[in-house]
Amino acid sequence: MKFRANLVIGGALFATVVVAGALAPFLAHTDPVMDANLMNAEVAPGSEFWFGTDAQGRDIYSRVLYGARISLTVGIVSQLINTVIGVCLGLSAAYWGGWWDDFVSGLTNLMLAIPSLIFALAIMAILTPGLTSLLIALGLTNWSYTCRLSRASALSLKGQGYVQAAKVLGYGDIRIMLTQILPNILGPIIVIGTLGMGGAVLAEASLSFLGLGIRPPFPSWGSMLSDARDQITTAPWISIFPGLAIFMTVLGLNLLGDGLRDILDPQSRARTA
Amino acid sequence: MPETDQMILRVEDLAVHFPLGGGLLGGKRRTVHAVDGVDLHLRKGECLGLVGESGCGKSTLALSILGLQAPTRGRVLLDGVDIAAPGVDRKARARIVQMVFQDPYSSLNPRQTVRRTLEDPLRLHGITDKSEVDGRIEEMLRHVGLRPEQAARYPHEFSGGQRQRIGIARALILKPKIVVLDEPVSALDVSIRAQIINLLLELKETMELSYIMISHDLGVVEHMSDRVAVMYLGRIVETGGWHSIFTAPRHPYTRALIAAIPDPFGERPGVKISGELPNPLEPPSGCRFHPRCPEVRDICRKPPTPPLGEIAREHEVRCLRAAELA
Amino acid sequence: MSGEALLKVENLRLDLVVGGRRFGAVKDVSFSIGRGETFGLVGESGCGKSITALALIGLLRAPLAFGGGRILFKGREIQNLPDSEMRKLRGNAISMIFQEPMTALNPLSPVGRQIAEMFVLHKGATWHEAERKAVEALANVRVPAPDRRVKDYPHQLSGGMRQRVMIAIALACRPDLLLADEPTTALDVTVQAEILELIRDLSAAQGTAVLMISHDLGLIANMCARVGVMYAGRLVEERAAQEVFRAPSHPYTGGLVASLPLLGARASHGRSRLKEITGVVPAVTAFPEGCRFNPRCQARTEICIAEDPEETALPRGGRVRCHHHA
Repeated sequence: MKFRANLVIGGALFATVVVAGALAPFLAHTDPVMDANLMNAEVAPGSEFWFGTDAQGRDIYSRVLYGARISLTVGIVSQLINTVIGVCLGLSAAYWGGWWDDFVSGLTNLMLAIPSLIFALAIMAILTPGLTSLLIALGLTNWSYTCRLSRASALSLKGQGYVQAAKVLGYGDIRIMLTQILPNILGPIIVIGTLGMGGAVLAEASLSFLGLGIRPPFPSWGSMLSDARDQITTAPWISIFPGLAIFMTVLGLNLLGDGLRDILDPQSRARTA
Repeated sequence: MPETDQMILRVEDLAVHFPLGGGLLGGKRRTVHAVDGVDLHLRKGECLGLVGESGCGKSTLALSILGLQAPTRGRVLLDGVDIAAPGVDRKARARIVQMVFQDPYSSLNPRQTVRRTLEDPLRLHGITDKSEVDGRIEEMLRHVGLRPEQAARYPHEFSGGQRQRIGIARALILKPKIVVLDEPVSALDVSIRAQIINLLLELKETMELSYIMISHDLGVVEHMSDRVAVMYLGRIVETGGWHSIFTAPRHPYTRALIAAIPDPFGERPGVKISGELPNPLEPPSGCRFHPRCPEVRDICRKPPTPPLGEIAREHEVRCLRAAELA
Repeated sequence: MSGEALLKVENLRLDLVVGGRRFGAVKDVSFSIGRGETFGLVGESGCGKSITALALIGLLRAPLAFGGGRILFKGREIQNLPDSEMRKLRGNAISMIFQEPMTALNPLSPVGRQIAEMFVLHKGATWHEAERKAVEALANVRVPAPDRRVKDYPHQLSGGMRQRVMIAIALACRPDLLLADEPTTALDVTVQAEILELIRDLSAAQGTAVLMISHDLGLIANMCARVGVMYAGRLVEERAAQEVFRAPSHPYTGGLVASLPLLGARASHGRSRLKEITGVVPAVTAFPEGCRFNPRCQARTEICIAEDPEETALPRGGRVRCHHHA
């Protein structure tokens, strides 16, 4: 097995974020929401407050750790919803064809034409801000690439002998899609899912930054950045650390996605075989 | 027709038409008559060879018999039941007709072990008892010349010939009566073909199967078939016992097909035909073979298409000049 | 064969390089082709016949590499020619036609222009002159209405017509040697017969020597005066074409001939079980020690496992590489 730098570095970055989020209650120094202390406002990073404090005197280190929980939850759950929607639509459109395929393809093109962040913004404007709404908004707006990819991959497998054989053996359509086609297109779907997770983390940050995502005082990296706008010159650490956390997570997920592509993509596998 | 009691499959006036063009963006809506009124029968224990050039409709015909292509017209009767009709249970048909595919590489799911490939169909058809499933799989693998312990392996661990054996095992695991063989050896290495041909002929006896074999290799067709049907542009142009087709072909197209096979000794005489298949969207009037026929006369060009006429017992030819060409 | 050979291949070795290890994909292959002669190379997938042709035309690419030996074309060593020199030969003195003409033709350029390009590139013709010659070249390969067909793009032509265009391109500069790698495998039999006849007629008329490569022993024997049989990277037998069928000398050739269901065999001798060659075709990375056919050979003895057999001249002409040849 070759050493794959992107897989290892990406995996390590992502694992760091997962561990930080999971162990936040043990690693954090203070409660991220409650322990506001105006006496400690805007303290620069040092031995007591590793990442410094914000305008309300909350420990940024602790808030960044808890922020990982929100970012990961949003990233993973919304991308799972996207993947399920995209795969179901793409796979069935390719397999059944006809008007259903026309409909799904039209819908996908429509989704691709609307900037997904704007679409999510609109949904958030209707729903009450909060985690659940955020999951719905991001989970419903980013499935078009997955859908296109599953449709194209499934289309190329539809004519394969083993899919025909399954029909001749009496398999139902759903069973054929799930047992014959899906396992053989999973590789690229995992890759695009991982890359999409990075996108969802960014989208969450953007929405929260705009005040339409996670509401203060709950620590989301995006809302932390938003809060830090006024102090960006006077207390830059308030924005630098959440920004770094977003950067690390998204970079990690993208590298991981690239690394997985090298392993899972049959074409790149054929090249190294 | 004689010996109706032995008849296992009967295809009556089967036609498959594909619409082309039309749709939202306009264009003249036209129809390809891929299969255009085919009558066939298959007896128990028989191998029927289906030959013709690509585009003649032989594959579409086979797909209709398998229920993978809905016919536009006509019936596929099995024990008096039309198995090509819409609404026929896929599972019920699966226990009667199965298929062996041409390409042993794309016809096996790369993510399934041999065992799963054979076990899933059994379970789907209600055989769930562990010892019975194991027994059936082991027996089937032995039948096709594989070792039972090879069941745990994935397709990529096998050679082309072995993969074809797995494909045959999958087709036979439900104990069907009829197997459609689609070019069963043409994708295999030349030195492997004899193994698979022998295996197929043995299995036909031991498992009491009937075959419909599509092949362009006339040597294989002559060796394996009991009867042969020659197709041209969606229609059968000659059908008969293998001996009459290969030793006394009557239709000029059948003669040309046989003459086209390169003879290693350079001795085989015969008529060569020129030109290629006409556009199936605009089939020639009258006899569809007339633009390429070396024996063409004026009457051949005029509609209607000549009927399939019996020239000897079990030997039918669709040619106006069949009597003269004897 | 007339006097001095046009092409002489001596102890050709071609390696497959995998992870720094070199596997002898072709080893010690020697043959010669006289001016105007048609020589056949026959063998199964992975036997090295196609890469031998690629080596002759200087198109070997990684993971394949030249491993040793000499290729003499008109008495000149060409195996180490720089690419710029090789390009002058390629398409001009040596040209090649491939199995799938669709992938060998440029889909974005009219076929007439692709033929004309050869005259501009190698003969210094002006485009105007070359376009006129392209029409002639198409007429030469018996394409109907060549003055209209030159404007067609490859996708507008049938498989047979595309292969004719390929032949027109390959023969445009009247090469001394034409390499034909499975030129008719993708075509129907009646079209195959026409293409083979075309190659035969044109090469005879132009005095072009042909190296014909195929897995079809019958086709090779029919087309060629002499045949080289390859197995697992070695030339195991080289004979007059019909001798190979009548009295094969190498056990592999013998096994192959006996395993083929030849057209007409059943009608004249009745159906008997085909003789099988047991085992599988070995992968390049797993060629056996000693004689490379030994694991599948009926005549195998100790020496076949221990020692690689030398080439032996046969009393009635030709060569064989076997310890126990007939």
